[in-house]
Amino acid sequence: MKIQVNGEAREVESGATVADLLDSLGLEVNGLAVAVNMDIVRRGDYAAVKFSEGDEIEIVRAVGGG
Amino acid sequence: MSSYEIGDRSFTSRLWVGSGKYSDFHVMHEAIEASGAEIVTVAIRRTDLNDDTKDGFWANFDREKCTILPNTAGCFDVKSAVTTARLGREATGSDFVKVEVIGDEKTLFPDNEGLLEACRVLLDDGFTVLPYCIDDPVVCKKLEDLGCHAVMPLAAPIGSGMGIRNPYNLKIIMEQSSIPVVVDAGVGTASDAAVAMELGSTAVLMQTAIAGAGDPVKMARAMRLGVEAGRIPMKLYATASSPLEGVIGS
Repeated sequence: MKIQVNGEAREVESGATVADLLDSLGLEVNGLAVAVNMDIVRRGDYAAVKFSEGDEIEIVRAVGGG
Repeated sequence: MSSYEIGDRSFTSRLWVGSGKYSDFHVMHEAIEASGAEIVTVAIRRTDLNDDTKDGFWANFDREKCTILPNTAGCFDVKSAVTTARLGREATGSDFVKVEVIGDEKTLFPDNEGLLEACRVLLDDGFTVLPYCIDDPVVCKKLEDLGCHAVMPLAAPIGSGMGIRNPYNLKIIMEQSSIPVVVDAGVGTASDAAVAMELGSTAVLMQTAIAGAGDPVKMARAMRLGVEAGRIPMKLYATASSPLEGVIGS
């Protein structure tokens, strides 16, 4: 099914979780934060939260800023 | 220097610094170290899915010494500011937030209504809420009444380096506030920092003036000294610098 990750269309398997996505993208979980449809997903819930068709996912980090 | 409280934490350094716009992480870390800052702002942004190698940012970052202050820069509405604040807390583990709800792209002046609403939501959510706001005593009072942990009125537009454009409003804000007042944005030089402290600021927050300087590490040191040294109060009439006694022919 299709989801949006940081504004880009991505294809994931039906039933895929946040943990699956981060794993497939090879992202280091430390220092990351994830929102699905603008709701924050707590780190401990990454393996439990499954995507639905059309979900909009934001994956962010802290960067330099003022 | 004496200590002061922000939320449930105690600080000594009265210079807060940003972490953006540096040419590289090495210069950033050296400048932060030279500034003596105990509070460092960060922005929250989408990670690059194809090049997730931003780890240099945190390498050498002394999390024991520095409280991370995630901002909501770039947010023009309450919802995105609140979500960014929550993402920042999750990403950094810090419940401090510099709340920015911007109302105008050219000046980056805050949207007062949006700012008040975002602060209300984030206070309910348990954040230590530090709003970037206009230098308006009425808005600052409203933010204080909401329960904000400090107010951070601008000196001039963000990144403008114009210095303290309205010292009299800032002075009123400092006189009326029973929460810390941090002069944020627009400070250009170490003398501006000294003026801000003389007006009665709890602290000064700077980013571009340091990161954009010819030598950021030296400027960070200069800003630190400007904040620590303070300056004399202004007055209308002269005070002699030389002894009044012993003038010949008296």
